[in-house]
Amino acid sequence: MKSSPTYSIRPKTPLFAALGCLVLLAAALSLALGPVWISPGEVLSALFGGAEGGTGARIVLYARLPRTAGCILAGAALAVSGALTQSVLANPLASPGTIGVNAGGGLAAALCCALAPEAVYLVPAAAFLGSMAAAALVLLLAERTGAAKITLVLAGVAISNILGAAVDAILTFAPDALNAYADFRVGSLDNLSLSRLAAPAVMAALALAAALALTHELDVLGLGAETAAALGLNAARMRLVLLAVASALAASAVSFAGLLGFVGLITPHILRRFTGDEARFLLPACALGGAALLLVCDTASRLLFAPYELPAGVTLAFIGGPFFIYLLLRQRRGRTA
Amino acid sequence: MIELKGLRAGYGGREILHGVDISFQPGRITILCGPNGCGKSTLLRAALGLIPSMGGEVLYDGVELSGLSRREVARRAAYMPQERGAPSITVRRLALHGRFPYLDIPRRYTAADLAAAERALKLADALDIADAPLPELSGGQRQRAFLAMALAQETPALLMDEPTAFLDAGHQLRVMDSAQRLAREGRAVVMVLHDLRLALRCADTLAVLADGALTACGSPEEVYSSGAIDAAFGVALGRVHTDNGWQYYYE
Repeated sequence: MKSSPTYSIRPKTPLFAALGCLVLLAAALSLALGPVWISPGEVLSALFGGAEGGTGARIVLYARLPRTAGCILAGAALAVSGALTQSVLANPLASPGTIGVNAGGGLAAALCCALAPEAVYLVPAAAFLGSMAAAALVLLLAERTGAAKITLVLAGVAISNILGAAVDAILTFAPDALNAYADFRVGSLDNLSLSRLAAPAVMAALALAAALALTHELDVLGLGAETAAALGLNAARMRLVLLAVASALAASAVSFAGLLGFVGLITPHILRRFTGDEARFLLPACALGGAALLLVCDTASRLLFAPYELPAGVTLAFIGGPFFIYLLLRQRRGRTA
Repeated sequence: MIELKGLRAGYGGREILHGVDISFQPGRITILCGPNGCGKSTLLRAALGLIPSMGGEVLYDGVELSGLSRREVARRAAYMPQERGAPSITVRRLALHGRFPYLDIPRRYTAADLAAAERALKLADALDIADAPLPELSGGQRQRAFLAMALAQETPALLMDEPTAFLDAGHQLRVMDSAQRLAREGRAVVMVLHDLRLALRCADTLAVLADGALTACGSPEEVYSSGAIDAAFGVALGRVHTDNGWQYYYE
């Protein structure tokens, strides 16, 4: 018998070091670049010395820092949420949107814009609640029939379509809401403040901690429902729990950043190539990777057509999409070669 | 010991298993055979509580199955199902997940778990593939990987659904060798097998299942002479005596 080839596990430390550096670099650029160039020294003195440093320091602290923090938060939350959804549903196309998060958040935001056009500050809370409510509805529907993966996906598609139609109906009757809603739909990290980020940050941190505590469950679920059950795991219940965690992550990001769904779809795909499916590597890698990706896209959205600014969601699709296709093509070539 | 008494089970209200009495004894290899769709897999699933029972009882060392939590069952009986996912995790990690039923707060595998996984990898002859990701393995290698996971559970009973499916002759015999080794260690080994000749040669207890009921259960000799196999499968089985005991063939 031929001896098997020796397999070596690629050590994960370099990957995490690289991702960490990438996030730091992207965050530094996000703070320094924009309509006004602010030198790294000035950025540092503003971060540690406060706003006394003058205009530059004020720009860093009040305009750029909230945005940088928002990118890190939304990118990490959406990417981890995407990785969870894809793993739980065993579906590479799944994203938080699949279980109704985006549609629910969209409907609540549209309602808010139509009913209380002045109260823009209510949109984040409404979006968060709407996202969670829609996800809960999908999970409950699927739970009734045993929480099979395909039922979850189909229930998500059905609910999303219904809620999407409701958004269209609202915008038909209250066309004035369209402007505010359009910003939300495209996804943007403009007009943030650190105080507005506090609540979503707490929520996302809690959900992230829950996700990281459930990595073994996620792995075992990937072995198939029967194997999971034989190992003592209630597969149906764990699916719902993990999807609820994924919804909370996505909803906290959607609440202040709008519908930036693409981060959640592509980041896990890119990083799975390096980490495999082992959740204890995949989830932290996605958190870092998602943050870096959104930081880069948001910074680019400020620079590409300065002084005009594209919404981050648009840049994300323009930069992330082709990059994703490039990866697909490369992978294909690797397979056929 | 796992005892099934008048066990009835099925799917979606349709009964497939109509009252089965059998016990899986420690130190013995019990092999279930029967034509396709006769309820062999259903029997294993029902014995593990993976599908709800529709009547009768399952006793684990005298304790009613319904009184045990899923985790408690997973510490008493390991299961190798036929259908399994193959996520991209290493074989060593897979074996370690065999310790999942013992996982406690703070949700980390302990040094004892790591040691149990290593023992299981060795026992399943899977040390050479321990660092390989599952999707890169052949069918036979995957079989060994999942055997390692089931062994890491360190349960008194091991239930396997067609562990020799998709394996070549050499690997089939190797699986049977490990089964015999495990039985000698005092575990109750239960397997569903399609290869009658292999079943007759390796079983301590052979059970023939037809249309959801046991038609024979006993030593291979007894079952052979009862004619239950010929009746269940619609074949004529013959045998010759060799230096290695009886060898069976289809006439």
